[in-house]
Amino acid sequence: MARKLPMYKAISEAIAQEMERDENVFVMGEDIGAYGGIFGATTGLLEKFGPERVRDTPISEAAFIGAALGAASKGMRPIVELMFVDFFGVAMDQIYNHIAKAHYMSGGQVKMPVVIMTAMGGGYSDAAQHSQCLYGLFAHVPGLKIVIPSNSYDAKGLMISAIRDDNPVMYFFHKGLMGLGWMPSPPEATVEVPEEPYTVPIGEAKVVKEGSDVTIVGVAKMVYEALWAAEELEKEGIGAEVIDLRTLVPVDKKTLLNSVKKTGRLVVVDEDYRSYGMSGEVIATVVENGISLEAPPVRVAYPDVPVPYSRVLERYVLPDKEKIINAVKSIM
Amino acid sequence: MEKVEEIPKETLLEIYKTMHKIRTYEETLAEWYYKGKTPRFDISAGPIPGELHLSSGQESAAVGVCMHLKPEDALIGTHRAHHFAIAKGVDLKKMTAEIFGKATGLSRGKGGHMHLFDANVNFSCSGIVGASFPQAVGVGIAAKLKGEDYVAVAVGGDGAANQGTFHEALNLAAIWKLPVIFVIEDNSWAISVPKEKSTAVAKNSERAAGYGIPGVSVDGADVIAVYEVAKEAVERARRGEGPSLIEIKVYRLRGHFEGDPQHYRPKEDLELARQKDPLMNFEKLLLEKGIATEDELNKIKEENIREVQEAIDFAVNSPYPEPEEALKGVFAGGE
Ligand SMILES: Cc1ncc(C[n+]2csc(CCOP(=O)(O)OP(=O)(O)O)c2C)c(N)n1
Repeated sequence: MARKLPMYKAISEAIAQEMERDENVFVMGEDIGAYGGIFGATTGLLEKFGPERVRDTPISEAAFIGAALGAASKGMRPIVELMFVDFFGVAMDQIYNHIAKAHYMSGGQVKMPVVIMTAMGGGYSDAAQHSQCLYGLFAHVPGLKIVIPSNSYDAKGLMISAIRDDNPVMYFFHKGLMGLGWMPSPPEATVEVPEEPYTVPIGEAKVVKEGSDVTIVGVAKMVYEALWAAEELEKEGIGAEVIDLRTLVPVDKKTLLNSVKKTGRLVVVDEDYRSYGMSGEVIATVVENGISLEAPPVRVAYPDVPVPYSRVLERYVLPDKEKIINAVKSIM
Repeated sequence: MEKVEEIPKETLLEIYKTMHKIRTYEETLAEWYYKGKTPRFDISAGPIPGELHLSSGQESAAVGVCMHLKPEDALIGTHRAHHFAIAKGVDLKKMTAEIFGKATGLSRGKGGHMHLFDANVNFSCSGIVGASFPQAVGVGIAAKLKGEDYVAVAVGGDGAANQGTFHEALNLAAIWKLPVIFVIEDNSWAISVPKEKSTAVAKNSERAAGYGIPGVSVDGADVIAVYEVAKEAVERARRGEGPSLIEIKVYRLRGHFEGDPQHYRPKEDLELARQKDPLMNFEKLLLEKGIATEDELNKIKEENIREVQEAIDFAVNSPYPEPEEALKGVFAGGE
């Protein structure tokens, strides 16, 4: 049976069902126990599974994220929460030199079924150390799968896929999509979620709106900005197709290329920094595959500056509906 | 507080004044924070943007330590840093404007409440837990290489003492005998995780032994005790005798951040926080010992209220930055 769930509950339900199904699954992180996770992603798990399988950790990211590697090497399937992706620095060596590379460097002897889930995104004035997306940085490292749900249905299905995957998966959730009372979230992100476990395959993008004039690609919150832009553009007779990539690694080239072939125009929307990231990668994928475009592709991305605190400043730099509309019009 | 009689009255009144100013400031900020957020707590509404971590109940740590510091001494704080900022002498008007996200703020609205920088008094802080410790080591290196007598104070919570940075920095400062004072402000909680569930030793001061440096624990309910302990550590650092670790036991009067429902916190802990309130305790002491009269304290309170109000007015009446400011200042030496 399906009922509407906010994203934070969809994630915790996915984890709970996998913990019931597989006793090797456990969770570690700061404030994931009694608090239920700062963004609610582990709500209710401590009560259900107790402190051995739902472990509150000290603020020692290098230690507990590194510990996920050790546990995985012994057949466990750890889920660790890095409270905000911005805090990756203190644990990065464990993530990119070890968790990401153990399978390859061991010649396939070792499997790393680790899920690192983390909150990302700005828009609420938490400034430069608490508002970044950074998925591009992790997607750049070979060996890490990167998933980014934009609604509660995908959030549950992708979490179950991530837990069952034998590879390290970084699971990014946007704070502004979680459906928490204190953090505004588009109502569209709270959708129907089946009660029974199901998977959303890692590596499949989704066409969330069809159109024939331009392809707009994004993830997470930017999917909604793109959809709102498409709605306005529709009124002016411009048909925008909106693609939610959902997974950056591996990326679904087929859906992307088919769409751009059809529309001949491409706008990439990215809340992550503009340079050397997802937006460049998507455009490169299209160009490398020889798809001829009717106009140069455009990026509506976060400029290469740290995220400012003051609301007026942050609003100015965050990609949004208006910027997308302007970008589309500039290539029509 | 036996030593209180040995300390000059003006020093005692200054300690009181700064503690009271911090409390007044924080409680006033809290009022402003919730404006426009009713009926529910909404992080994107109201005149103060973002998160707000207040330090009510922890004033003695900041004042007890900073009383011994000069503007040249560096203080590197945490996400909960208003009390240290005020005690270190950060410009209150500019700090408030920064917290309100205004153009007249310390960082033109770019940093905000967790990222206050005031180079005039060598104050900085950050939102990354455990980041302060190594940075203070660097200040210590600079002092040593330049042959100057300034010191660096790194502040962290009891939670931060479980970061690798803490242990690495202690070791570095110890082997290089640097003028660094490591301050662990122990309020028992790292958000919802109690210290006894996160920390293998009862007192963080015990960890100093692992690095061969002095470690002292002191009761933050008694600001004079903090003052005495800090005095010794700062003097030791200035004499070139190397780093020390001070653990100050304080209690958080408010939530981890404003809006924190504190479901995880037992009622007794909040009750204890009230009993251990360093400001109330010190006020009582000053009156009981006849060091100050009610009139004198009231005068101080009025001055503080006025100063805080001026800072708030300055912030509220200041303009917001031009949006384009967001793109400026990534690199030094140009746009
Ligand atoms: C590297 C890093 N990890 C986690 C966090 C999230 N976080 C912010 S404050 C905090 C608790 C800090 O506790 P403590 O050091 O005791 O300071 P207190 O808040 O009690 O003053 C946590 C986990 C962070 N900001 N940085």
